[in-house]
Amino acid sequence: MELVERHHAALVRLAQSFVSSRAVAEEVAQETWLGVLNGIDRFEGRSSLKTWIFRILVNRAKTRGEREARSVPFSSLAPEADGEPTVDPDRFVRAGAWSSPPRPWEGEPVERLLAGEARDVIDAAIEMLPPVQRQVITLRDLEGLEAAEVADVLEITDGNQRVLLHRARARVRQALEDYLS
Amino acid sequence: MRVAGEITCRELVELVTDYLEGALPADQRTRFEEHLATCAWCATYLDQMRQTRRALGALAEDSVPIEARDALLHAFRGWNAA
Repeated sequence: MELVERHHAALVRLAQSFVSSRAVAEEVAQETWLGVLNGIDRFEGRSSLKTWIFRILVNRAKTRGEREARSVPFSSLAPEADGEPTVDPDRFVRAGAWSSPPRPWEGEPVERLLAGEARDVIDAAIEMLPPVQRQVITLRDLEGLEAAEVADVLEITDGNQRVLLHRARARVRQALEDYLS
Repeated sequence: MRVAGEITCRELVELVTDYLEGALPADQRTRFEEHLATCAWCATYLDQMRQTRRALGALAEDSVPIEARDALLHAFRGWNAA
């Protein structure tokens, strides 16, 4: 049960980026745990247990997402907007230096603020991300998988993993900046 | 005037994750660090990306909501019985 407690929320969060509703995501997470129980004998330890669990989840969530493809909300089908700057271009002068630089965040380090509103700010920012960015940041930063493990679980290249991670972190940073200033 | 090969603030912010992930080629890494050494704004930006990453890491300690826990326990009992 300890393993479940540690990862269930992340499984649901991840599943939600593939399927249309929270309820379906909960189901996929449950199915994943049952899949883990049923398959644990076949777990060969070639990846970490955590990576293996997430791979099971992603497979199930993808299948489920494809099956309900017609009902997936339009927003989650929006393109990932590759190549766009992650910081508002208006914050730089033409030559490329900051014209509206970030101000240092004063007071407590952000991770100490998580008991309060900052958690909601970050949660909301993650919710707003395009699905694949949400998947990458959840696995990499929330769950602490290695870059190569994330690329493996999501079947993307290392380079792509980094681009998506960068875009996702930049958006969360911006949300924190908006909140803290 | 801009020295050839120097990176601008606008370019630096797009390299931050490659930098943190150790994925920048050596020459670019050097230019990145040279820029940082003289630009407090970009140093702040980098610091905020680091804080963001740490905050995300600390976020994961979510607990399982009661309803979800009940549903899970129910599913697990079903599995035991099977």
